[in-house]
Amino acid sequence: MVRALALSAALIAATPVLAEDGQETVTTFTLDNGMDVVVVEDHRAPVVQHMVWYRAGSADEPIGSSGVAHFLEHLLFKGTDTLAPGEFSATVAANGGNDNAFTSYDYTAYFQRVASDRLELMMRMESDRMRNIRLSEEDILTERDVILEERNQRTENNPRALFGEQMSAAQYLNHRYGVPIIGWRHEMETLDMQDALSFYQTHYAPNNAILVVTGDVDPDDVRTLAEKYYGVIPANPDLPERIRSQEPPQTAARRLTYKDPRVSQPYVQRSYLAQERDAGAQEKAAALFLLAELLGGGNTSYLSEKLQFDQQKAVFSGAFYRGMSLDNTTFDLLVVPAQGVSLQEAEDAMDRAVADFIAEGVNEDDLDRIKMQLRASQTYARDNVDGIGNRYGRALTSGLTVEDVQAWPDILQAVTGDEIIAAAREVFQLETSVTGWLMRDDEVTQ
Amino acid sequence: MKRIFATLIAFIIALPAWAEIEIQEVTSPGGITAWLVEDHSIPFTAIELRFRGGTSLDDPDKRGAVYLMAGLIEEGAGDMDSRTYARELESLAASFRYNATDDQVSVSAQFLTENRDEVVDLLRVTLHEPRFDQDAVDRVRAQVLSGLRSDQTDPNDIAGRNFARMAYGDHPYGSEGKGTIDSVTTLTRDDIVTAYENVFAKDRMYVGAVGDITAEELGVLLDKLLADLPASGKPIPGRAQVTIPGGVSVVEFDTPQSVALFGHEGIDRDDPDFFAAFVLNHILGGGGFESRLMHEVREKRGLTYGVSTYLVPKDLASVYLGSVSSANDRIAEAVKVIRDEWARAADEGVTQTELDEAKTYLTGAYPLRFDGNSQIASIMVGMQMEDLPIDYIATRNDQVNAVTLEDVNRVASELLDPEGLHFTIVGKPEDLDG
Repeated sequence: MVRALALSAALIAATPVLAEDGQETVTTFTLDNGMDVVVVEDHRAPVVQHMVWYRAGSADEPIGSSGVAHFLEHLLFKGTDTLAPGEFSATVAANGGNDNAFTSYDYTAYFQRVASDRLELMMRMESDRMRNIRLSEEDILTERDVILEERNQRTENNPRALFGEQMSAAQYLNHRYGVPIIGWRHEMETLDMQDALSFYQTHYAPNNAILVVTGDVDPDDVRTLAEKYYGVIPANPDLPERIRSQEPPQTAARRLTYKDPRVSQPYVQRSYLAQERDAGAQEKAAALFLLAELLGGGNTSYLSEKLQFDQQKAVFSGAFYRGMSLDNTTFDLLVVPAQGVSLQEAEDAMDRAVADFIAEGVNEDDLDRIKMQLRASQTYARDNVDGIGNRYGRALTSGLTVEDVQAWPDILQAVTGDEIIAAAREVFQLETSVTGWLMRDDEVTQ
Repeated sequence: MKRIFATLIAFIIALPAWAEIEIQEVTSPGGITAWLVEDHSIPFTAIELRFRGGTSLDDPDKRGAVYLMAGLIEEGAGDMDSRTYARELESLAASFRYNATDDQVSVSAQFLTENRDEVVDLLRVTLHEPRFDQDAVDRVRAQVLSGLRSDQTDPNDIAGRNFARMAYGDHPYGSEGKGTIDSVTTLTRDDIVTAYENVFAKDRMYVGAVGDITAEELGVLLDKLLADLPASGKPIPGRAQVTIPGGVSVVEFDTPQSVALFGHEGIDRDDPDFFAAFVLNHILGGGGFESRLMHEVREKRGLTYGVSTYLVPKDLASVYLGSVSSANDRIAEAVKVIRDEWARAADEGVTQTELDEAKTYLTGAYPLRFDGNSQIASIMVGMQMEDLPIDYIATRNDQVNAVTLEDVNRVASELLDPEGLHFTIVGKPEDLDG
């Protein structure tokens, strides 16, 4: 039963990492100008997804211009030297395709889904807007209104999203993960042409991009087309290294309460700073991934058993770990208390359950079941090659390599119960945590 | 031993430049019919089961019973309590998902070939012997109530409930299928059992299967899984009258951005003008970035992040709906622009260029939907429920292409009613002139 999952999904974009499989047909290579290419074949239907990922997200923005990475993403649908404003998407549509884009902390990505014989047209247009966008002042002003309405829709109208912003801001004192991807409103309101073009010229270049093509394609054909359209674009010799201000050691537990009259269902969330998946060293991340599954991954998870079945203190509980991240990530716990259970009681019950989990050690049957599901997910994943392509795009923009992506399933299978408990002991340090209570406006804080 | 077994029809559907989707109609030895697409390239199968009726089968004082029942199906069956059941399902690495909407309850199953028999045994006991243990009823009820409480302060949900009440009145469509806090609180285990008996019956069942399974294997599976379900369930209620008047209604809610849901009566799926309306909707508000409303409301004026419209042909009534969100001091302008566009399309129709572009998009994008076993199974069951022929996929684009400018513009003048368009707005909208 997962009725409350919609609520948690709004909180944390927990992307299940599906394992690789020997039977996936993945080809990777790099163009002479440094642009990486990933091709995943699936010849069941003559459809292709064409994506370009940039190693540039909101965490790469200059101080004071939060939201510019996402703003620029919108502006890339305006014109170039050869395309009128709106013509990009209109051309995709006229070819029976769909297109869109998305921005996160560590990447910005653009994609089209279309018949595979239209791949060349997509490459021609996407390579054009890598270097040649042309913006008018009117584009800037109108589109800035659009992103402000987007912020209204996603964040200002949603107390859970506002609470999430406060949680991240409290967790990251010095790293840009503490700033929302869409931007702080007061900074979004001042974004201008110069901000957008400066970010564009710095980060949009082939040596900072990954081409991901999935579907009914031949890798040799993709290489020929990629060389023709992307290969001729010169690398940016001044591409900056992705060096971000890092967190200082956290030495004090942080707490916050966020109150809003629009809250109907209060809950408690705890985040801990956690190591992300690092290139060539994913073992600890793998243990954290399985820890999240065992502790709060579903109906048979430990928190669910203790808080929902045994004690009936919660209507929902979960644990989340987002391993694909360029810098330190978080491990999150969430408990939605049952009616009549206070947030303090819910938090206490959560802490007791975590302590008991560590003391008891991992139940081997539970771990085997999760590993079996992970193996099966490799089979199911082959039904969705776009999902496989997305996984490579996220990985390569988060500091991982193709080899890391392909090694991940075996690393997960090799994790032992003892390693999971060791990872739990290491990550669950109250002094590196933030505890947040989302509350109704009229609620009494004990 | 060769079973007596009939595969009735097999159509090879050749889409120009697209994959061939071969749909077979399979009838099991026990007489259950399903549509099947065999694809042995990945060792798993997706099966979609749908039971017509959905939450509209609830009695007025038992609102939410079907929805809660659908959430309880996976909470134990046969001799397995909910925890044992959940472990069993996980150990098979299969997934069963349940969904209850106004018109149907669906069961979407996905399982590996290597343990198919065990999975089918588990799904059989799930559908035939759900336990509905009282502790599970109470636990899942608390989850539903938590969701209902959240919905009460969600502007989108508030708008949806308000619009439905005004559009459909006392018909089941007029209230929330999840029930209300009051109705769900008083549901008993007996009510859940009744809802189960109302829903799961062969007279309203539709089946689609896609993946690593042969017609013969599917026939055996269908009988094992479904043959013992009762022959008939609860009668489906009569049609709803769409009664919403034109104008604006406001639900005051203290939030920075107003959420508007708008619409009026729509067009049925089996109406001869449905495709003309479908193309019209694409041009007006259905076509993403290319629609007239996106151009006027977002691209030109920056009034919103998104505006869209959609035809909603339900089993018992049809409406034409749209949604938009704008800051409280800008929603009035968004409403005016939308109403003006509604009137312009009704009066002047669309252009030949718009029609041609819409057809190119709609026919080109159609095959993009068939991008996975579960998706194809779902589409096939939808076709059966809409009483479409088994070769529909091959003819659908021809039906889109057959729509003429005259058709679209006649339907625009008949369907679009700018005066009759009702806007439900949730927020603190400013300067609305009503």
